[in-house]
Amino acid sequence: MSTLLEVSGVSVTFDGFRAINNLSIAIGEPELRAVIGPNGAGKTTFMDIVTGKTRPDEGKVIWGERSVNLLKYSESQIAKMGIGRKFQKPTVFEDQSVRDNLAMALANKRGPFSVLVWRASDRDRARIEELAEEVGLSERLDDSAGILSHGQKQWLEIGMLLAQDPRLLLVDEPAAGMTPAEREHTTDLLKRAAKTRAVVVIEHDMEFIRRLDCRVTCLHEGSVLAEGSLDYVTKNQQVIDVYLGR
Amino acid sequence: MSLDIPRSTPAPAKVRRSFLHENPSVLWFIGLLGLFTVAVTVLSEGFGIGMISTNLVKVLGMTLCLCLIAIAMDVVWGYCGILSLGHFAFFGLGGYAIGMWLMYARTEIVIRDSLGRGTIPPTELEVSEAVAAQIFGVVGSSELPLIWTFAGSLPFQLAMVVLVPGLLALVFGWLAFRSRVTGVYLSILTQAMTLALSLYLFQNDTGLRGNNGLSGLQNIPGFLHVPQSVLSVWFFWASACALGAGYLLFAWVVSGKFGSVIRAIRDNEARVRFLGYNVEGYKLFVFTITAVISGIAGALYYPQAGIINPAEIAPIASIYLAVWVAIGGRGRLYGAVIGAAFVSLLSSWLTGGGAPNINLGFYRIVWTDWWLVLLGLGFVAVTLFFPKGIGGVFDYLVRKKP
Ligand SMILES: Nc1ncnc2c1ncn2[C@@H]1O[C@H](COP(=O)(O)OP(=O)(O)OP(=O)(O)O)[C@@H](O)[C@H]1O
Ligand SMILES: [Mg+2]
Repeated sequence: MSTLLEVSGVSVTFDGFRAINNLSIAIGEPELRAVIGPNGAGKTTFMDIVTGKTRPDEGKVIWGERSVNLLKYSESQIAKMGIGRKFQKPTVFEDQSVRDNLAMALANKRGPFSVLVWRASDRDRARIEELAEEVGLSERLDDSAGILSHGQKQWLEIGMLLAQDPRLLLVDEPAAGMTPAEREHTTDLLKRAAKTRAVVVIEHDMEFIRRLDCRVTCLHEGSVLAEGSLDYVTKNQQVIDVYLGR
Repeated sequence: MSLDIPRSTPAPAKVRRSFLHENPSVLWFIGLLGLFTVAVTVLSEGFGIGMISTNLVKVLGMTLCLCLIAIAMDVVWGYCGILSLGHFAFFGLGGYAIGMWLMYARTEIVIRDSLGRGTIPPTELEVSEAVAAQIFGVVGSSELPLIWTFAGSLPFQLAMVVLVPGLLALVFGWLAFRSRVTGVYLSILTQAMTLALSLYLFQNDTGLRGNNGLSGLQNIPGFLHVPQSVLSVWFFWASACALGAGYLLFAWVVSGKFGSVIRAIRDNEARVRFLGYNVEGYKLFVFTITAVISGIAGALYYPQAGIINPAEIAPIASIYLAVWVAIGGRGRLYGAVIGAAFVSLLSSWLTGGGAPNINLGFYRIVWTDWWLVLLGLGFVAVTLFFPKGIGGVFDYLVRKKP
């Protein structure tokens, strides 16, 4: 396992409030990593920084074997380098069909001219069907994404994430709004993805985390409080005080 | 979860359907436009039984040009979410570009005619000086401005019809989108551009005859002997072809994944970025291509109108454009066509004295005064009660069919 993403000494201040405070996290490839922590700990902000949505005041974000400094790139360039993201609040394009949502996410050329002349090849079509099956939306391909249930939107967004075929998947609270059976399926899916890629999952559901069976990082007030196996982290007195014991 | 579907189920063989097959509304539109063109031709004075006047043929041809800029507006606003209040500036620039050739070439013919009557043939310099004096006398100048250097060349001015709006849109769009100006701020910015351009053109020393504008554009050099009744039908045909071609082009652009991406940009551009699409590039592409089509529409419109002046470029025109598209229904090309045709024809009927004034006894409704109030109320009503516009009626009809 080699390091794919290295965040070091990053800080972010929003109107004087330090949301991220000298945060350092390294993610390997392949690796599955769970990130936990109380509300407002800075978990989502961490993903915002990696994906280029939020610019940190200081610190470094280094990507890949060529040690690219991600802070120099725009959101779309970072996404093209192979970082995909699922948002905390599912955000799919509600006006468009499930198929169109997936087609947009497919790992194809992104420039306006290539997209203009793009027509789905048989391979693209097969891939869309395969993804839809993976996330249980085979029957809904031609429905508009807006009429899906909350859980199904989560699924669609996970499908779009997989469609991008990224090297690093940043998954923010995937299990919200899902039934226990769906949660189980999600953990399977993420574990399978993590065999060949780096996957970072933010979750509050400890059962879900336990099933992921991976290294856990607990954030608090914008920095790492504890990191290690789930048992190690959950036994940490500080973690119990600020998060588990609430 | 439908995970029990076996992987090996062969997917039903997908027939690759053609673009027109998947977009029946395009065929409908082209068909209706063709019928309309034939009908107008048959009824015209120049080619048919003369039931509709040459003037009306011109109004209808101009309306087709307005429909063309309206579908461009629909692509940029209805599909891509950029409420541009500047597309009429591109329309006007297209008109000015062709107007320069029309005016220069016709004046040159007239001058050569009159100078040629002398015993010594005039030199080129004499001709060009006389042309300049003729065109610019009205703004107290007799020198040909630099931008008129190639005004005598039709290919050059035709290239300008496309290049001037296209380059202006490219530069303006690049500056605006790059700094991620969106929403209301972008609209204000486009309007400021339009206002600046029109104020600039109002000045006498800009080389485009100030508030006099360019006139006599209905006379086409080389066809000065052709009566207007015939010319008007030619221009009507050209406008219909341009509208048909523009409709096909835009329908194709918005039908595939490109359409999907720009609608996604309209609905949530931040999210599109995280999928790896360069949102600014897409906006710039859409802004520029629609500006070019607007320029072409303007170049066909003003020879039918006969005159262009800076007032045509004023921001209010671009605002009307947005109103047409909203009333017709955003995000559907035929909606823009319906809106532009309906509102602009109604407007010329009511303000052109076509509609009888209504005497209520205690008050006389004079349409020229009340038209804008009516339009404003209509706009508010559509926005509040029928956000899908007139085009929304078609959704209703299509859904009712089994
Ligand atoms: N754009 C922003 N502007 C101002 N404050 C922000 C912004 N984004 C995040 N914050 C603040 O930063 C802190 C960290 O937020 P963040 O969303 O990262 O928390 P989180 O760990 O994801 O919490 P949750 O578990 O509730 O999702 C919060 O106090 C939040 O209010
Ligand atoms: Mg969060």
